[in-house]
Amino acid sequence: MSTAFDHPEYNYKVVRQFAIMTVVWGVVGMAVGVLIAAQLAWPQLNFDTPWFSFGRLRPLHTNAVIFAFGGCALFATSYYIVQRTCRTRLFSDTLASFTFWGWQAVIVAAAITLPMGLTSTKEYAELEWPIDILVTLVWVAYVVNFLGTLAIRKESHIYVANWFFAAFMIMIAILYVGNNLAVPVSLTKSYSVWAGTVDAMIQWWWGHNAVGFFLTAGFLGIMYYFVPKQAGRPVYSYRLSIVHFWALISIYVWAGAHHLHYSALPDWAQTSGMVMSLILLAPSWGGMINGMMTLSGAWHKLRTDPILRFLVVSLSFYGMSTFEGPMMSIKTVNALSHNTDWTIGHVHSGALGWVAMVSIGALYHLIPIMFGRKAGQMYSIGLINVHFWLATIGTVLYIAAMWVNGIMQGLMWRAVNEDGSLTYSFVESVEASHGGYVVRVLGGAFFLTGMLIMLFNVFMTTREAKKEAAVAAHA
Amino acid sequence: MDINDVRGLGSVFALIAFMGIIWWAYGSSRKQRFKDDGDIPFRDNTEMPADDDKDRSK
Repeated sequence: MSTAFDHPEYNYKVVRQFAIMTVVWGVVGMAVGVLIAAQLAWPQLNFDTPWFSFGRLRPLHTNAVIFAFGGCALFATSYYIVQRTCRTRLFSDTLASFTFWGWQAVIVAAAITLPMGLTSTKEYAELEWPIDILVTLVWVAYVVNFLGTLAIRKESHIYVANWFFAAFMIMIAILYVGNNLAVPVSLTKSYSVWAGTVDAMIQWWWGHNAVGFFLTAGFLGIMYYFVPKQAGRPVYSYRLSIVHFWALISIYVWAGAHHLHYSALPDWAQTSGMVMSLILLAPSWGGMINGMMTLSGAWHKLRTDPILRFLVVSLSFYGMSTFEGPMMSIKTVNALSHNTDWTIGHVHSGALGWVAMVSIGALYHLIPIMFGRKAGQMYSIGLINVHFWLATIGTVLYIAAMWVNGIMQGLMWRAVNEDGSLTYSFVESVEASHGGYVVRVLGGAFFLTGMLIMLFNVFMTTREAKKEAAVAAHA
Repeated sequence: MDINDVRGLGSVFALIAFMGIIWWAYGSSRKQRFKDDGDIPFRDNTEMPADDDKDRSK
């Protein structure tokens, strides 16, 4: 892209590349999400084609939204924030460039292999071993570049957002490698070194921390920079941020066992997972309250600033889903919610409401800066507002539909007749879920439409900025 | 002394470390220092021609 927008001191090129790709992969990943939601409502949409069926497209959706959309958002914002808060250029431009192209290669490889049915079958870790090795190389380059930048900082204190980013990338490296250890038998097939219940525990040790570190700690790093910047005031309590950082990162790693309630996992391990999940409420809400209270005295800005609205509503959804999560980890509640659509609803209240909305808010602040404009100076502020309402309504429709479906499924599955036989067959619960599935497609379509509007808004912003740059060059 | 004693000591150590963090974060002699650290995002004003901090309302 044009060098007219290069910063004299910072590496904005890599931030710009990742920021643009965040929007692109967001549209792609969410479009696949809407498609598979429609397949669940109307199974004929599988077209009896293996590579187009739900089983293969579902991991494509989760990988695309978590690692392509969420991953690019994390790369863009962490590279931006670390430079701005350390007041120094990235440690290495070569490594930065390698992480960008390497990560895009991983995404393309995932988009090809997953529909082909090549999978290690581990949830959120489906990619086969050659891709895992590429992921590891890119990740090591990322960690070296990020920590290297911290090492050459010109600001004596390391700002809290960078602590969250550092914790996120170090833990993800450990978890990803640990869970994906496997014995390859061919280029496209491998077997995990873990087996049985240990395999399940290692898988959810990773799985829950993909949530805890990738989708929480990393995005809290985004929150701790962009909420103060967009609100124009420093974070409510810097001291609270220190305490809740250490509490959050030391407790999250123990919570994964709640994915294995009533399984072959020893009962004491299930219970300790539940207890740790309940304790997690405190540090999670520490972050939520800290972000919310940053706005005290500036609440009026919400009336006029849709970017700030994205950031604040994302914190509301974060607070809501981090209350719901501990509640669902209680074994008696889990007895009802486990394996139902309630879980899917919970994930999406975090993924759409928190992760996507905080990223979208940060990108609307950041993208204009990448093109030589003022923060938040997008082509159309009105379209940001439209996007905000589409995203909010879409999320609410999605999670409400899944609450209704989930609780209904849980109640139907446990209903027994007087003679002890089951009142409902499984397929009856599927049939009863149809209405909720249709509402989910609608909610997803709302959210996707918002992303398409964002893509248009970003495109028009870059076009305007390029015109301005050309005029300025002639003058 | 068996492995469970070590585990118990680990928990005690984690608790003491956490209380130390709270003491460090909330000690009154470090109050001003952390207030200043919270301002780091606003310290960087070496912006592009269109300075993104220009019209920041305090």
